[in-house]
Amino acid sequence: MFCWVMIVVIVPFLIMAGLIWKSSFLLKDHTLGEMIFTSQWKPMSGKFGFLPFILSSLWVTLVALIIAGPICLFSSIHLTQYANRFVLKVMHPIIDILAGIPSVIYGVWGIIVIVPFVSEKIAPAFGIQTSGYTIFSGAIVLAVMIIPFILNILLDIFNSIPIELTEASLSLGAGKWYTIKHVLLRKAFPGIISAMGLGLSRAFGETIAVLMVVGNVSIIPHGIFQPGYPLPALIANNYGEMLSIPEYDSALMFSALLLLVIVLVFNLGSRLMIMRYEKRFR
Amino acid sequence: MKRDSGNKRKFKKTRLKYEEYLFRGIMFLSSCLIAFVLGLILFSILVKGLPALSFEMITQTPKGGFYFGKEGGILNAIIGSLYLALGSTFLAFIIGLPIALYMNTWLFHKEKTVHGLRFILDLLWGIPSIVYGAFGFTLMIFFGIKASLLAGIIIIALLILPIMIRAIDEGLRTVPLGLQEASYSLGSTKSEVAFKVLMKQCMPCIVTAVLLSFGRAIGDAAAVLFTTGFTDNIPTSLSQPTATLPLAIFFQLSSPIPEVKERAYAAAVVLTVIILIISVLARVFTSRFNKHSIKF
Repeated sequence: MFCWVMIVVIVPFLIMAGLIWKSSFLLKDHTLGEMIFTSQWKPMSGKFGFLPFILSSLWVTLVALIIAGPICLFSSIHLTQYANRFVLKVMHPIIDILAGIPSVIYGVWGIIVIVPFVSEKIAPAFGIQTSGYTIFSGAIVLAVMIIPFILNILLDIFNSIPIELTEASLSLGAGKWYTIKHVLLRKAFPGIISAMGLGLSRAFGETIAVLMVVGNVSIIPHGIFQPGYPLPALIANNYGEMLSIPEYDSALMFSALLLLVIVLVFNLGSRLMIMRYEKRFR
Repeated sequence: MKRDSGNKRKFKKTRLKYEEYLFRGIMFLSSCLIAFVLGLILFSILVKGLPALSFEMITQTPKGGFYFGKEGGILNAIIGSLYLALGSTFLAFIIGLPIALYMNTWLFHKEKTVHGLRFILDLLWGIPSIVYGAFGFTLMIFFGIKASLLAGIIIIALLILPIMIRAIDEGLRTVPLGLQEASYSLGSTKSEVAFKVLMKQCMPCIVTAVLLSFGRAIGDAAAVLFTTGFTDNIPTSLSQPTATLPLAIFFQLSSPIPEVKERAYAAAVVLTVIILIISVLARVFTSRFNKHSIKF
């Protein structure tokens, strides 16, 4: 059993090492800064600028978080503070099923519902003509995908706040809403931030659903109604050509490494914050 | 002066009251929105997919010209997905259950080690599946293995392992300490406590963990894209490439031919139904197995 535990501990380092080893081939000819901050993507002539992909990823994830964050926060306060048992009984399976739906299904749903909706209703409202395959559509689909994830963490966080705090506040004559606003939200603040961070890192690595609706054009996006080309989509779309050119292969592995590092940093920060937060109530 | 401050307080109170009404409204609406979105997803998938779904679709493998809208079905993808999910869940279970038990019996008093392990598992859970896929692909090239069912099973098992362990571990943590102490005082060894007491007590949560990982395994597309390949045949051995449902949906949807696109919607219905069955099963099993555990 000890050996198995060791396997689990080693796996992340192994992945890291493998990806670094693979992408080191590209790092021989190009500097790190050159690859991250240039926007020329021409693998055939040896130009690998990751800026459009990184920016697309950031746009999609941030917009998704802006949509999903408030909804999750409000809903989690509703479910933990106001909802009766019947509502909870209905909402728990709903959240579970939403969390269990595979990302391909979200992608199909995005193509059926969100893409036409964006191209026919939302974009014309801003006076823009698009095909609907835009960063905004990707962000909506992504937002729906991370809602159950963030919501579950937020529910845990609000439930872990000791009831005595609320009781003390109520006994001093504060109203329910006043208590929520000034006691609960203040106590839960670090937890809320880290839940958002975890949601962000989950959204960052999401591949298939985003790939299906985001358009996949490698330009630097200037608005949410333009197509984008996030990092995971880049890897998934080009894996077939990986074997043909060693530099290309190495470039894709580098983007996987980039993805891994960004996700791990977000995850590490948020988890450490949650751990410190939980310690305070023990 | 006095009256003024009293008025102010009153004003503040009524303002708070209306603020509360407003925000209660918003909160209620956001909960409704979440429920509505799930309804919308299921509804739109069913409306689009059910007309295209036929008995032939789920009982036949693709015939010649399938990808141009001719006859055939997606049986290869359904069976392939089930093989893949069963295999990887089994593998992850064999590795995961002992680790979870180990963490809660042998490592019980080494709190720092356990905390560290949980932390690493949570981090592993956060790694995107496409990174697993890319890593698996690198390994496969390194060892010279071709895309196959076995490679897919191993990569997916790695992917769902953290979920499996953490889900079982969360259940084991809720077992009261008294139960362990009672069995130790009766002279049982640590493995007896682990496999006979803790495991039995946590049966519902183990079943839920397995079903959860199964659902994750059957729905994952990004890791499988690199490692299992795609074929029209049902695999007969572990070394053959395999079609999977998510990839079948993905490939067929990117086709320009309307008949093929409709099949993608039908395949999406099949996958959704499998996921819904799993989540219903998880609920049923949880309540049924709960009867056999000791209550306090």
